[in-house]
Amino acid sequence: MNQNNAPIYEALLKYREERIVPFDVPGHKHGKGNPELTEFLGKTCMEVDVNSMKPLDNLIHPVSVIKDAETLAAEAFGAAHCFFMVGGTTSAVQSMVLSVCKAGDKIIMPRNVHRSAINALILSGAVPVYVNPGVNERLGIPLGMSVRDVEEAIKAHPDAKAVLVNNPTYYGICSNLRSIVRIAHANGMMVLADEAHGTHFYFGENTPLSAMAAGADFAAVSMHKSGGSLTQSSFLLVGENAKVSEGHVRAVINITQTTSASYLLLSSLDISRRNLAVDGKRIVGKILENADYARGEIAKIGGYYAFGDELVNGDDIYDFDMTKLSVHTRDIGLAGIEVYDKLRDNYDIQIEFGDIGNILAYISAGDMWKDIERLVASLAEIKRRFSKDKSGMLDHEYINPQVVLTPQAAFYGEQVSLPIEESVGRVSGEFIMCYPPGIPIVAPGELITKDILDYVRYSKERGCSMTGTEDMNMERIKVLK
Amino acid sequence: MELWYSEMHTKDVKMSIRVDKQLYSGKSEFQRIDVFESPEFGRFLTLDGIMMLTEKDEFIYHEMITHVPMAVNPDAENVLVIGAGDGGTIRELTRYDNIRHIDMVEIDEQVVEVSRRFLPQTACRLDDTRVTINYDDGLRFVRRKHNDYDLIIVDSTDPFGPGEGLFTSEFYGNCFDALTENGILVNQHESPYYSDDAKAMQRAHKRIKELFPICGVYQAHIPTYPSGHWLFGFASKAVHPLDFDAERWNALGLETKYYNTELHKGSFAIPNYVKELLENAM
Repeated sequence: MNQNNAPIYEALLKYREERIVPFDVPGHKHGKGNPELTEFLGKTCMEVDVNSMKPLDNLIHPVSVIKDAETLAAEAFGAAHCFFMVGGTTSAVQSMVLSVCKAGDKIIMPRNVHRSAINALILSGAVPVYVNPGVNERLGIPLGMSVRDVEEAIKAHPDAKAVLVNNPTYYGICSNLRSIVRIAHANGMMVLADEAHGTHFYFGENTPLSAMAAGADFAAVSMHKSGGSLTQSSFLLVGENAKVSEGHVRAVINITQTTSASYLLLSSLDISRRNLAVDGKRIVGKILENADYARGEIAKIGGYYAFGDELVNGDDIYDFDMTKLSVHTRDIGLAGIEVYDKLRDNYDIQIEFGDIGNILAYISAGDMWKDIERLVASLAEIKRRFSKDKSGMLDHEYINPQVVLTPQAAFYGEQVSLPIEESVGRVSGEFIMCYPPGIPIVAPGELITKDILDYVRYSKERGCSMTGTEDMNMERIKVLK
Repeated sequence: MELWYSEMHTKDVKMSIRVDKQLYSGKSEFQRIDVFESPEFGRFLTLDGIMMLTEKDEFIYHEMITHVPMAVNPDAENVLVIGAGDGGTIRELTRYDNIRHIDMVEIDEQVVEVSRRFLPQTACRLDDTRVTINYDDGLRFVRRKHNDYDLIIVDSTDPFGPGEGLFTSEFYGNCFDALTENGILVNQHESPYYSDDAKAMQRAHKRIKELFPICGVYQAHIPTYPSGHWLFGFASKAVHPLDFDAERWNALGLETKYYNTELHKGSFAIPNYVKELLENAM
């Protein structure tokens, strides 16, 4: 068995050849019981939407083809173990936090984490020790953590169990992971990397250091982002020297993960891992080439700032992921979300996200050169037709939080619903965030300030899709009594 | 032996031309290229199996895509032609002495090579000293131009395949920016008849209308294109397509087989169902 194999995929091919008569679930039985869905998704897809069985192994207790596929993936990513995840990277992030933190344990993390990390704290009852990320004044975006700040947090909280690091952030910014790992390990703490946006780090040349190569203990890797697998499929990696048993991590995963894992997702992970292991260097090289080209052309338009590794400062921007096509838009007088909306409404182009001052166009193996041309041409048009005076525009994406309670205490605390404009000075029981990027503006347990409400109002006005509160329109918010 | 070229005009309608022999078949980076010899239409060129031109009826298309805008703005000096690898549009343009420079932007060098070799009837003026051939993507090329051209002619394939980017709002907007104050944009505008073509026509019209203060559609009868009823788009910042000096054009003494200044006026009179489609373009 080697990286050219794809054990789950191969087992599914064999299963199909054997023309097994299904008297098990799923009830559509190779699609025959649901002709409309089969017409829509295709017969080949429906035929392999099957359940765990002896020849296909079982994700909750892998002993054959899934075990083999996980072993190959671990090898390809330089990890001791790889767990196939079918509940998204959200579940991978939550599983790694739950694997190392019990109720009351401290975990050091930057505040600009994805909501899945804070949700993990609600589940586990772990207590966050936030390290404020650096903020780039011009772009307004939160950056990585500086090593000095992490060191101070470790000194102040020597009993913390782990440090969580974004590798990279949504915008492509990396912290000095190797140093953070060294300091954390020296103090008996584990390092957990949220690599939702870093799958390609394992295969590219000239990409930032991957978590496994940096010696981290865990990494949650979104194979479905830059790795090419189906949406919702993901890896949880455990590092070579991690002081945690495979069985414990699997037991934690099995608390929340389905017992009927989709073979469409599992085979997509298997095939995508093979593709990356065999051809990853070329694939990532091509992505970098496309992103570089687009950055150069966008720079020629003027007004926009397609930022890149010139920002690297050896500290809170230790490295930059050049596959990320992040573009600062405020200088043409438009919020990122406005450019995002115009690209879709006027130019039939869907990008990854737009926030207050930036957009992110996701560049991947699936891009055609002519589509890159369309993106660049559309940005030129948006500037020509819609650019405005930039005065009066909000210039920051990130507000340092004031934490009053742990996320769990706030989430389960006694709450009352208030009109959002009357909530200043209260402790929030809910999240507030723009989605994407899904980084909370307020998390449960944090103080609601006027600054935060101004930000929310501005984001709403500009057209951000606001999520997190029970009230779908975010006119009311639940706060602690 | 019977040898026929067939093109599906819709999934239920097929047009066939008897072929004597196939002169060329090749695959470029962008598309499949074929040239056939036929008893009825002479030589003809297809890209990905779709009819581009025949020797017998190409004059209609090429005269209408060039002489209409040139009659409206006979002072045009700098012209950009996008697509047009067969050379037919260039042949007509080079008949105007006052045109000083023509940038031709063709994505596929192999189309030009094949045309030079097998279709001298259209490719005959590609070596005119005023012509610069740029092998580039039209969208990329035009994005870098500002206030440079008096006339832009988009002689493209259909919006499915390499020509897709040439039917987008960003492309029309970049053209607007590349045109001078009296500049004119003329484009191959698909057909109103079969529904897929009609949808492409509506989309193109809607997008152009959003960007240009003056825009119209004119028609010609092209036997080998789907339904035979073909449209061209005329868009400009300042000049109206029917406000032109017919005497001045006639004084040039250009001999044409299809175009004349009376037909120019008539070609903008379009059927009611087409008007309705354009008005309801979403």
